[in-house]
Amino acid sequence: MAIIKLLRTAWDMLSEEQMQQHITTGCEDLDHILRGGIHCGEVTEVGGVPGIGKTQLGIQLAVNVQIPVEYGGHGGQAVYIDTEGSFMVERAHQIAEGCINGILDNFTDHDRKILACQEWMQPNSFLSNIFYFRICSYTEQIAVTNYLEKFLKEHKDVKIVVIDSVTFHFRQDFDDLACRTRILSGMSLKLMKLAKTNNLAVVLLNQVTTKYTEGSFHLTLALGDSWSHSCTNRIILYWNANERYAYIDKSPSLPSASAPYSVTSKGIRNSTSHCKRVRMM
Amino acid sequence: MSNKLISQMGLPPSLSHVFAARSIITAKDALSLPEFDLMALLDVPLAHARSAVARISEIACPPYQTALSLMEDRAGSGGHLPTMLRGLDDALCGGIPFGALTELVGPPGIGKTQFCLKLSLLATLPACYGGLNGRVIYIDTESKFSSRRMIEIGENSFPQIFRSEGLAPKMAGRIIVMRPTSLSDFTDSLQQMKLSLLQHEVKLLIVDSMAALVSGENERSEGGPGRHPLRSSLSFLKSLAEFSRIPVVVTNQVRSQSKDEAYYHTFQEERKDNCQNSEKFESHLIAALGIQWAHAVTVRLVFEAHSGQKFIKVAKSPMSPAIAFPFIVESSGISLLSDEGIDVTGPEINTIRNQGQNILSQ
Repeated sequence: MAIIKLLRTAWDMLSEEQMQQHITTGCEDLDHILRGGIHCGEVTEVGGVPGIGKTQLGIQLAVNVQIPVEYGGHGGQAVYIDTEGSFMVERAHQIAEGCINGILDNFTDHDRKILACQEWMQPNSFLSNIFYFRICSYTEQIAVTNYLEKFLKEHKDVKIVVIDSVTFHFRQDFDDLACRTRILSGMSLKLMKLAKTNNLAVVLLNQVTTKYTEGSFHLTLALGDSWSHSCTNRIILYWNANERYAYIDKSPSLPSASAPYSVTSKGIRNSTSHCKRVRMM
Repeated sequence: MSNKLISQMGLPPSLSHVFAARSIITAKDALSLPEFDLMALLDVPLAHARSAVARISEIACPPYQTALSLMEDRAGSGGHLPTMLRGLDDALCGGIPFGALTELVGPPGIGKTQFCLKLSLLATLPACYGGLNGRVIYIDTESKFSSRRMIEIGENSFPQIFRSEGLAPKMAGRIIVMRPTSLSDFTDSLQQMKLSLLQHEVKLLIVDSMAALVSGENERSEGGPGRHPLRSSLSFLKSLAEFSRIPVVVTNQVRSQSKDEAYYHTFQEERKDNCQNSEKFESHLIAALGIQWAHAVTVRLVFEAHSGQKFIKVAKSPMSPAIAFPFIVESSGISLLSDEGIDVTGPEINTIRNQGQNILSQ
């Protein structure tokens, strides 16, 4: 009976969950509260104020997914869907270099020299494994989300899809908010299905807006209340005193927690401040 | 891409006719509807609607390329307009980036227009002097453009060039000044500009100032559900910058903070009761044009004044951490007092101060 096939027991799912793969963020503290990193097979929304490092994190993940399996990575490829023109290719090159040097640091001088000469250990090779789409309207954004199903069948090594940002065109051009809500929910269902079927991570970068709750104005992620229900995981990047922090706002399996991180010339790394601490909420 | 016609997409003729009969002409029309609605509208089985949507999406989706080929495509064009302020150029990895929006924000009179005048001049200079050897479109919304001042800056910064015959008028002749009187005027000019940008070798677009266009139009706050007047100009400016691979520099004004500003997420509630913080905020200014604009610009340079000096602060940049340089405005335009720069962290990055400047004593 076809219907019975779709049912799985919680016990079966447990073994799947235990084998779940993660993509490292580059920051050990952040990886720690995420229990390894960004989850493959799920959709994660990352939002924050301008300049906090969303694009930086997106590029870092697109690079880190390519770390070879021998060095703790996935040896995969990345799809980067750029809706705002934020992707600076020179920065991606810099981050790839930072990642490569991080791998090389684990070896002795002798081994390092041999490793560094290998073709795949060049920043340009990392750049060749990032598939870049430049999206200029919400129609194109819907089109690429639909097209990904076919694209991913043809590119089976892709392990992460980053959409930077999922918000921009939906804030600009929509008059009918009810229609927008329906389209966004259709899009998020498709993305969840792509994540699940292909066991890849889908990371959606979102902007902030202001909302009046609990007696005053607060920052909140854009695209409305219905959208906030759509994503499986949500991480909010924010300023706390002089530090950048990431907060797990929504997750089916992780407790709420914050971890500090920093944006360096090599990419996203642990915070260098002496008073850093991981805070459980 | 969104305007591609369904009739030309190679769908089975019967399906094509049905789309046309229901007035779904372009990819945008088809993809704006959820699949169920489309199925109901066309009265076809869901599987047919789905495969039609898949085909339309594949065609409407823009082509992809690898990041490597993107880098190779862009390698030829240099990528930056050097500002000739060494510290700032180093921080920005070359200068004002091509293909992106750079914002200059700060209190009135601090030197944003002076910076723009110098940039305009730099873009017209021949490549051997570090310029882009091209034309500049200067959109002047507050009638602040002064040719006389620009020539003065030129004569003092590049005396050897400006002393030669005919070069000053030639440089000045490459700067086209437009004075739109309203936001709709501005958007119309932008639309017309799109094609002529490439034809006339325009290498720099300056909008001074963006905020002035909006403040005259619509007093409604951005937090409200109403239309943000800048929305369509914003995405158009961004796509113009990328499409033509030129630097686009936009100036923004400042306003004082109202008590309705939001600084914290709801999970940060406990920090909000710190009275000392709220006092500090009241004396600070923030950029006009709101948070949506702040998200959209790629590089934000904050011009501010405190401790008796003026600073240019790189507040948002994908390539560099926040850093501030002290500067002065003199006859040759803006000069940095130090190329070393001061690192800036935390909330300092986004605050805009206008203190310690006694206008009367100047």
